[in-house]
Amino acid sequence: MQRMTTLACLVVAVCLALTSPMGALGDETILVNGAGATFPYPIYSKWFDEYHKAHSRVQINYQSVGSGAGIRQLISGTVDFGATDGPMSDEQLAQAKTKVLHFPTVLGAAVPTYNIPGVSAQLNFTPEALAGIFLGTITKWNDPAITGTNPGVKPPANEIVVVHRSDGSGTTYIWTDYLSKVSDAWKNKVGKGTSVNWPVGLGGKGNEGVAGLVKQTPNSIGYVELIYAIQNNLPYGRVRNSSGAFVKADLASVSAAAASVAKSMPDDFRVSITNPPGKAAYPISSFTWLLVPANVQDASKKAILKEFLHWMLTEGQKYAEPLAYGRLPHEVVDKELKAIAQIQ
Amino acid sequence: MASASRAIRGPGLSGDPRAFLRRLQSGDEIAHLTTLLFGASVLFITGLLVYELWVNSALARHKFGWAFLWTRVWDPIFENFGALPFLYGTLITSAVALIIAVPLGLGAAIFLAELAPPWLSDSLTFVIDLLAAVPSVIYGLLAIFTIVPLLREYGEPFLRRTLGFLPLFQGPAFGVGFLAAGLVLSIMIVPFIISVSREVLLAVPTDQREAALALGATRWEATWKVVVPFARAGILASIFLALARALGETMAVTMVIGNNPQISASLFAPGYSIAAVIANEFTEATGDLYLHALIELGLVLFLLTFVLNGLARLLILLTAERGAALE
Repeated sequence: MQRMTTLACLVVAVCLALTSPMGALGDETILVNGAGATFPYPIYSKWFDEYHKAHSRVQINYQSVGSGAGIRQLISGTVDFGATDGPMSDEQLAQAKTKVLHFPTVLGAAVPTYNIPGVSAQLNFTPEALAGIFLGTITKWNDPAITGTNPGVKPPANEIVVVHRSDGSGTTYIWTDYLSKVSDAWKNKVGKGTSVNWPVGLGGKGNEGVAGLVKQTPNSIGYVELIYAIQNNLPYGRVRNSSGAFVKADLASVSAAAASVAKSMPDDFRVSITNPPGKAAYPISSFTWLLVPANVQDASKKAILKEFLHWMLTEGQKYAEPLAYGRLPHEVVDKELKAIAQIQ
Repeated sequence: MASASRAIRGPGLSGDPRAFLRRLQSGDEIAHLTTLLFGASVLFITGLLVYELWVNSALARHKFGWAFLWTRVWDPIFENFGALPFLYGTLITSAVALIIAVPLGLGAAIFLAELAPPWLSDSLTFVIDLLAAVPSVIYGLLAIFTIVPLLREYGEPFLRRTLGFLPLFQGPAFGVGFLAAGLVLSIMIVPFIISVSREVLLAVPTDQREAALALGATRWEATWKVVVPFARAGILASIFLALARALGETMAVTMVIGNNPQISASLFAPGYSIAAVIANEFTEATGDLYLHALIELGLVLFLLTFVLNGLARLLILLTAERGAALE
């Protein structure tokens, strides 16, 4: 028994010894908590890490729990900031106790990836072809809507297998937002959102689930994040934009999509940039946003949030492209820098 | 046996205070109270779970009523929700899993308990217990990379050629679908059936075997006609434990079921299960009604498990009585 007591004392002593230096620092460290979108998680964790290195007493925690959960936590006030892949709706904004500001951080895109036996060329897709395939009205690869824009490619007369995301996701939001803009049938029948009622197809969990199904299933087509397609060398098609050019998605064409709407940017930054004007713009691109309350009670947290936003928009942007996110165009950055003053 | 142990347990909280004090000193009463508390915690947790599911699904329950159970649409954009395709997918995949796993698991358990030499039985049991501890995402990966391609290239075309006259085995072979999900579930639940059934079979008194053998039964006759019926209740319990696991399995199922909320007679078709849709859509569910509909799905799954467990109890009771009558 006595030995047990001695052991217990020892354990407690060791624990105290281990924690005390952290405890001393803890008096100064300021914790800021955020939660939300999973799509920008790699860049956000890089940012928060770099920011912590430069400002050692600031620790920003980010939980990538999904846009929906991020918005809910922000509305209920359990986090200091949120993050989302689709802008908050008017109803959601009305639910929040304080005004919520949107800050675009980086750009992402969704690309069509496919697996057709005997076809190795990069395919050109018209908006009509994509909408038709995902609505289930175009069912064969040799449909004129596909062969018409791909001279020299002879797709087989096989049934198309459609693959989509099964988990709620910002990528699905971008994809369905685009299809809703280019197809009235899609808009009325399916609509846009992080999860929708898909007319046809198989569901894969996550980018890796969709890519896995497409890789395995002959004659299939699916959509994945641009980053994922680039990092995994997936073949993906060009998409015709609103000026009639077939554009391959890359960091330049995604940033071009953002630049083409920068002038008409609304003051609250809640804007969809799918199907934008501009010859070089890739049409299935989107911002991802940080959600910050306009009213922060805690003075030190308020200062940190403002300073971090400033850092993210200026110095932080250089981390975007190595991680395959599109940089914000400078017009948008300038406008956002002014908007930081709205945080009171 | 049950009534005997109940008689020994003693008066509990009531009775002479002096006797109570004495029992308290000897530790009996403390043990009684503590275990009672632990036992009650199960009820408390279950009650809390039902309460939370009930309260947080209020919006969906009011809007859709009982029709939620037989509506076939799941549309988060136009906010129209129904549980039927998910209920169907959950039941079908679990049924496929049981059809495969019960004969396999029971056969293996009989071999391990009755026929195998002890060194083989012990080492195999060790491996089986290891299998039961493998995380489900590993089974899901196994299914994606081996079962699904094999099913698409060989399994499903073969079934279509040979049994294609049945509606169960028609339509295009995607690989993913009810059949793939049922198969991976069967692999996951077999260890439970083997492990528990083996223990139950080993617990059958040796007298029973010896009596059967003395009457001239062969080894197999003694096993099949005496030992297995004697252990019937325990074997059924192992099957229902396995079923409960199959009903609630999320990760491995969502990786191979195809995640399309549709009802199809064909096992080749993609489907969806309750646990899978909750896991997939919960994080990004933005609307209140949407969230409540997902939580109501959880409630439906809970009730389904409850009903099936009740049926299992009934079955065990009925067969136990029949067994007693035979004796």
